[in-house]
Amino acid sequence: MSALGKLLLRDLALLLPGGKRGGSLLPFLFFLAVAMLFPFAVGPDAPLLARTGGGVVWVAALLAAILPLDRLVAPDLELGIFDQLHLRGVSEEAAMAVRLLAHWLSFAPLLLLATLPAAALLGLEGETVRILLLGLLAGTPGLAALGLMIAAMTAGLRVGAALTGLLLIPMAVPILIFGAGALAQPEGAGLGLAGAISLLLVAATPFAAGAAIRAAREG
Amino acid sequence: MQPGPKIAAQELACRRGDRLLFAGLSFELGAGDALHLSGPNGIGKTSLLRILAGLLRPFAGEVLRDGSIGMVDGRAALDPQAPLGQALQFWSALDGCTAPDNHADQLGLGHLLDVPVRYLSTGQLKRAALARLLAQDAAIWLLDEPLNGLDIEGVALVEALVARHCAGGGIALVASHQAITLPTRDVLAIVDFLL
Repeated sequence: MSALGKLLLRDLALLLPGGKRGGSLLPFLFFLAVAMLFPFAVGPDAPLLARTGGGVVWVAALLAAILPLDRLVAPDLELGIFDQLHLRGVSEEAAMAVRLLAHWLSFAPLLLLATLPAAALLGLEGETVRILLLGLLAGTPGLAALGLMIAAMTAGLRVGAALTGLLLIPMAVPILIFGAGALAQPEGAGLGLAGAISLLLVAATPFAAGAAIRAAREG
Repeated sequence: MQPGPKIAAQELACRRGDRLLFAGLSFELGAGDALHLSGPNGIGKTSLLRILAGLLRPFAGEVLRDGSIGMVDGRAALDPQAPLGQALQFWSALDGCTAPDNHADQLGLGHLLDVPVRYLSTGQLKRAALARLLAQDAAIWLLDEPLNGLDIEGVALVEALVARHCAGGGIALVASHQAITLPTRDVLAIVDFLL
């Protein structure tokens, strides 16, 4: 197996739920909790829930994506893992590309799975659920990329998870607008645009995050 | 190990923040050479090693490397939650080493392989980092304060490992403010390169 394959296995062992870095079911449970609380808060108004439920799922997904960020990059930077990888010819960009894949795998599939019970709680119909799932599939790689980019940039700063989350929210707005917007206008280009933003972010993140890690060394 | 590793520094200068730590630092090491970088805390020993490793850019000058680099510094680069054996296994698999447990045994860690890394003492962690270095089979060793936290027996072990590495045609650069017996008596005092 190549070095990157071994690196991916390690990253997954750390980040997957039940993984060694306290990778937990927390984002998943948090996401479900929001979907459960919302009907309690607005009352048993089925048409209102069906109309707004998709947007709530999107907001819950965005917030759940923030939870794993504090342990995504900073611990490895402190341990000197990236230094040792660099000495072995694994560039920071490659390490970050692998980390991005591991990060997405560790939260997005579970989130998509949790969308089904969440949709049931909010009383969403078949077509809405389909667009919601497609939208999340298109949007979560972008959320994962943004999260990793910001986690890498703040890793050397010791500012903690709160700032990372605050930085992610405004940058995730375009994905939210197009992804959730597709629910109201299924025939529009929302899904495609959310996917396009995701692709762009996924392509740029390994370079931006890799540069951030090199910059942290100089600091 | 590659034949004839070499590492040379040419007119290196290092700046951290607004401070120029050292300038005009040059040396050249070939197979079998060992060099002791000495100097008080904060003089730039770690920065020099990181420049030599290619992790920091020098403010001026350049580094010529021919051979793979292995580095042990203050951080073990081992996952704190993982058992020691597993944490070492990750690096030895990456380095293509087939018998990592041998190296752990050599450093007196054989009985600790099931213990999570976070329970290890400072000295044990240093030994674990050295086991990782042995498994890497790198030609050029950069050791940053390798004696920190080690007991007398551990110090002798490091000296023996460095001697064996150099006898096998390797290069060792050891930054230490403590006395250490190296196969060659070369000492580079960074104080000599202050402005």
